[in-house]
Amino acid sequence: MKTDELVTMLATGAGAVESNALTRRFVIATGWGLLGAAALMALLLGVRHDLAQAVAHPMFWVKLTYVAALALAGFIAVSRLSRPGASLLVAAVALAVPVLLMWALAGAELTQANATERNALLYGQTWRSCPLLIAAMSVPAFFATLWAMTGLAPTRLRLAGAGAGLASGTIGAFVYSLHCTEMGAPFLGSWYLLGVLIPTAVGALLGPRLLRW
Amino acid sequence: MRANEQRLRDLLIQGLGGDAVAYHAFLKDLSRHLRAFLRRRLRSLPDEVEDLVQEALLAVHNQRHTYDSGQPLTAWVHAIAKYKLVDLMRRRASRDVLTDPLGDENDVFSTADGDAAEARRDLGKLLEQLPDRQRLPIIHVKLEGRSVAETAQITGMSTSAVKVGVHRGLKALSARIRGDK
Repeated sequence: MKTDELVTMLATGAGAVESNALTRRFVIATGWGLLGAAALMALLLGVRHDLAQAVAHPMFWVKLTYVAALALAGFIAVSRLSRPGASLLVAAVALAVPVLLMWALAGAELTQANATERNALLYGQTWRSCPLLIAAMSVPAFFATLWAMTGLAPTRLRLAGAGAGLASGTIGAFVYSLHCTEMGAPFLGSWYLLGVLIPTAVGALLGPRLLRW
Repeated sequence: MRANEQRLRDLLIQGLGGDAVAYHAFLKDLSRHLRAFLRRRLRSLPDEVEDLVQEALLAVHNQRHTYDSGQPLTAWVHAIAKYKLVDLMRRRASRDVLTDPLGDENDVFSTADGDAAEARRDLGKLLEQLPDRQRLPIIHVKLEGRSVAETAQITGMSTSAVKVGVHRGLKALSARIRGDK
């Protein structure tokens, strides 16, 4: 087939293309990811027992905003990474802002605390299980996000895989935050982030293999 | 392409809106641009250029829903072309490359940037290997220019199956080029 014939073939009956197809795909993936994580949490962990009291605590809302902002950054990252040639600047800024703000808050909490309080702020009671549980909660979102990406056009596959892992990790963290009773900024700024980085690393490993097109 | 950016972008956006004439003009101009772009980067493999132009055109078409109208068209097209170029190099590296005349300076014989050479891989033959549910919709809709409804009548498929067949068939064609079925 000559190239001109191919051009004619591709153009014939091509029809209109839905303009927000990419966003719609990630909205669907995020929905399934949230649903999957919620189902896992209902089965394994349950919602935090003191939720009724916790909502009166400002730190509860800071924590929820933090994980929601991370999830938004993940969403922007996968959207950008799935468009050939799209700039990643906005995604990088969106990711850096909540992390740096949480670290600033952590710094302030740590400088005001004495030695024993510092340990409690950083390690809480659940530092061992938190990153692994966040990673576990992110599994449904991980597969959903990879599914969304395979219908799109990531060109930097390792980075795209990492982005898919990041996005699913933040969805896992968002749902997990409704179970977890930790409220220390140093805890949220470290163990939550580590939990998100586990699927990010797995995604970076698998990306070049799974996302080729 | 920089000078043409605005014009090509307008054509693509009209094409994405359903204007087949504009879309045809876009692809035709784009193939010329892709040929020049890839020929500069494949100096040692001039015989591969036209195959890669076709592969990149198919990729642009299959992934056209990832273009954001707020984004420079050049960046989008070049990212796709480079991705396919790197993919080609990876495929060649994993195959036996000893028999290829790497490094031969064939520039003397190469045609001007705008002219198409013969493609070595025949997409028509690859098309014949697709299963009927993809091959027939592509033949009737894309090659013979029939409507989806007409094609559904001829093949006995539902209209949505015809649309899915075209869509999946073109993706399968791209997968066969890469060598995975």
